[in-house]
Amino acid sequence: MQPAFSVIFLTTLAVAAQGLFLALYGTEISGLGALTASESRQFLSAASAVALVLTGLGLLASFFHLGHPERAWRTATMWRTSWLAREVIALPLFMLGLFVYAGAHWFGVGNTRLIGAVTVLLCLALFVATAMIYASVRFLQEWASPLTLVNYLLLGCASGLTLATLLAWVTRSASLVRNARLKPKSTLQSAIGIKHPRIVQKAQGFTGGSFNTREFFHGRSVPLLRSVKWAFLLLVLAFVLQYLGLLAERWFFFAQANHPQNLYYQTIS
Amino acid sequence: MQTFEVGEYPNTQTVHFPKSCLHCEDPPCVPVCTTGASYKRAEDGSVLVDYDKCIGCKYCSWACPYGAREFDEERKVMTKCTLCVDRVTDTKLPEPERKPACVLACPANARLFGDVHDPESVVSKAIAERGGYQPMPEWGTRPANHYLPQRKTEIRIHPEDLERVDNPLKLDGKQPDYAGREDFAT
Repeated sequence: MQPAFSVIFLTTLAVAAQGLFLALYGTEISGLGALTASESRQFLSAASAVALVLTGLGLLASFFHLGHPERAWRTATMWRTSWLAREVIALPLFMLGLFVYAGAHWFGVGNTRLIGAVTVLLCLALFVATAMIYASVRFLQEWASPLTLVNYLLLGCASGLTLATLLAWVTRSASLVRNARLKPKSTLQSAIGIKHPRIVQKAQGFTGGSFNTREFFHGRSVPLLRSVKWAFLLLVLAFVLQYLGLLAERWFFFAQANHPQNLYYQTIS
Repeated sequence: MQTFEVGEYPNTQTVHFPKSCLHCEDPPCVPVCTTGASYKRAEDGSVLVDYDKCIGCKYCSWACPYGAREFDEERKVMTKCTLCVDRVTDTKLPEPERKPACVLACPANARLFGDVHDPESVVSKAIAERGGYQPMPEWGTRPANHYLPQRKTEIRIHPEDLERVDNPLKLDGKQPDYAGREDFAT
């Protein structure tokens, strides 16, 4: 089969968004650690918006695959027989779910767990519909297998989780900025109770080190500390690399499928 | 029209293979269509595309094992053999001309047209008598179009083809006795 890049982008972007949403909902029901309620609401709504944008981009890419995009509204009519029609229904519904979920978090409407649960169902329905578009074509024996569905689901979740890593990189960068501007609550002045701007320690009472000097100091140089920070970029690289891998996987998925009609077209003359 | 060589040289046979939509009884290209543009006409069973409904997603072409559907890059819709649906139903045409163009065009009358559901039709009889077959029966698509196997070359041999009646050696009804002549010479 000739891999169509519109379809490759649709499937990779949409499944990444689906996986991202599942990751977000997972963090919501498991609790968001130390974040305050308003911080977690902002994070969840912003990240859901990212998933929404990705799904929208995928939907946009899919239009490039159509000869008559202006007739796309007709596509939902044959949902009783066509998995493609079912996907066409599931995709906007999932986007609607994402929109409502993001909005509910942003405005603090509440019921976000219920909205999220409904969106999870829509998300899974979309996974099934997208995979079945390929798995249901029995003539392409490479695709006609439950493995197609499993691969879609797992690769989608994996890429979504890595995308969550990418989002975490953004929030981590925010905390770097925050940490750089921290004003320590305690100072040497408050620590020893002497209010003078210039105080220098001259001895700490022993030379051999102790628990206090080992546990709370990393003992590395400041330049090393700075250079380790740049390794955070690997998190971004991870998503980029994984996305490239996904593109390759999806391209190969199409290219490997050998249609029986090819039997009729083996020699030109 | 495709050409295949069957066998190994010098014992080969040439098979010419015309391709068209087979208008399957159970067309796999129809249920996959998202808009209902692809349909099987109830009155005569021909598989057609409603060009005004087709969105050009090409999914139906994936679902046809025969490669009978082609995307029209200009009209941006899926097209296929219509079995000349406009010709075969045109009552203004004289009855013998209400046939697909390919059937009328074939100078050797190698293509037949008729109702496969009518056991008395010319096509049903040809399929029954000459062992008509469907390509790729393994997919269960039950094509309505059948192919007829190559005819066995029939030779009628008459006795005079084997023995010349005007053979001068037989004029007196007696074959020359070569063995006897040889004996005589020694």
